[in-house]
Amino acid sequence: MPLPIMKKLLAFIAAACFALPVLAEQAPNELVQQVTDEVLDIVQKDRDIQNGNTARIIEMVDQKVLPHFNFTRMTALAVGKDWRKASPQQQQQLAEQFKTLLVRTYANALTSYRNQKVVYKPFRMKPEDTDVLVRTEIQQPGAKPIGLDYSLERKDGGAWKVYDVTVAGISLVTNYRDQFAQEVRSGGIDGLIASISAKNRSLEAGQAQAKK
Amino acid sequence: MMTAPISRWLRAALLAAGLLAAAGVMAEEEGSSPERNPRDPYERFNRAMFAVNEVMDTYAVRPAARVYDAAAPLPVKMSVGNFFSNVGDLWIGVNNALQGKGGDAGSDLARLLINSTVGIFGLFDVASELGLEHHEEDFGQTLAVWGVGDGGFLFLPILGPRTVRDAAAWGVDYAADPVRIVDPVWVSNSATVLRFVDMRASLLPADRIIDEAAFDRYSYIRDAYLQRRRNLIFDGRPPRLDDDD
Repeated sequence: MPLPIMKKLLAFIAAACFALPVLAEQAPNELVQQVTDEVLDIVQKDRDIQNGNTARIIEMVDQKVLPHFNFTRMTALAVGKDWRKASPQQQQQLAEQFKTLLVRTYANALTSYRNQKVVYKPFRMKPEDTDVLVRTEIQQPGAKPIGLDYSLERKDGGAWKVYDVTVAGISLVTNYRDQFAQEVRSGGIDGLIASISAKNRSLEAGQAQAKK
Repeated sequence: MMTAPISRWLRAALLAAGLLAAAGVMAEEEGSSPERNPRDPYERFNRAMFAVNEVMDTYAVRPAARVYDAAAPLPVKMSVGNFFSNVGDLWIGVNNALQGKGGDAGSDLARLLINSTVGIFGLFDVASELGLEHHEEDFGQTLAVWGVGDGGFLFLPILGPRTVRDAAAWGVDYAADPVRIVDPVWVSNSATVLRFVDMRASLLPADRIIDEAAFDRYSYIRDAYLQRRRNLIFDGRPPRLDDDD
């Protein structure tokens, strides 16, 4: 291999080695912005999604959005006190069902994305922070702007993960707390798992129906 | 359109409903099951009122909002929203001042002046374009900032979700409402109805989400309202609650 190319290659490898930690260090607000831009870009180009193809939306959310969420923490927040009463296996089932529920109910909102604009509010954090709030605003013609805020946390210097989403001040996660507690009171943890999965099945059936 | 006696009757009915909640039902619900939600001490009464409201919404309010939403072109809806928003900015400014937020109050006043003139009687929200943000304030938030407790959740027909504090404070908001003192009365009443329908129309997209996401519509709406109020009282930055409460 001629020397100049070797040199270039080495330089590239060195650059890559430096770049990797930088990627892991991505600031939480940059992460939110990058994922949002990426998702909106796909939505704008994908006719299937615009026409309300739920399977296609769920596939995209699965690939692009969910890796940045901590569903165990989200589910623990939604279930509240009863979470500690659940066995590890029940916790896993709960997290799985809750994830499906959130994706099924909120992913569809993306199909109505047309002329909205996402504005990122000023963001400040200290380097040692492990729990932050990234605030954005959805602006649309003819309607009041809606605040859309993400709570993110990082554990042991790992990547930032979203554990709560707040729309107009309403947490999509903790808003379930009283309803879930109601279910646990009447049917225990297993009753809660059963009712979330029943809800998911009926949503799936309804959305399959709507497509026809 | 609503005539004066009907609106007077409506006011009386709302007052009666409020008093009913305050007196009879409170006594009746005293000391029921220990599982009761501490934030919703009048749950039985509230659920009954919620059921009444659902019927009215299904057969009258929502259909009217749908017709309005479909019939009015976007610029019209924008102007209607802007107009009522502008009318509200004076009272919002007063409440910001009462909460000790002088800067925000000044900005609200500037919004009112700019939008009423350059924005042609508030039909265009020029102030927002200039970077003067619209605030959401009311007397209930002012009371909260002054340290008044919310007194528990209260659901009333037409008024919808409230707390006892916010329902009482709504009386003050209502008394200070410029739309109410407009003469002749039929214009004032038409404007009140239009504002209500416009407000309901803006909530139409949320209907489907609630239908799909809620296990219990009443609880879902109650908890969403309480979270939203808490967020507004803290101007968008409420202190985070622990995982368990």
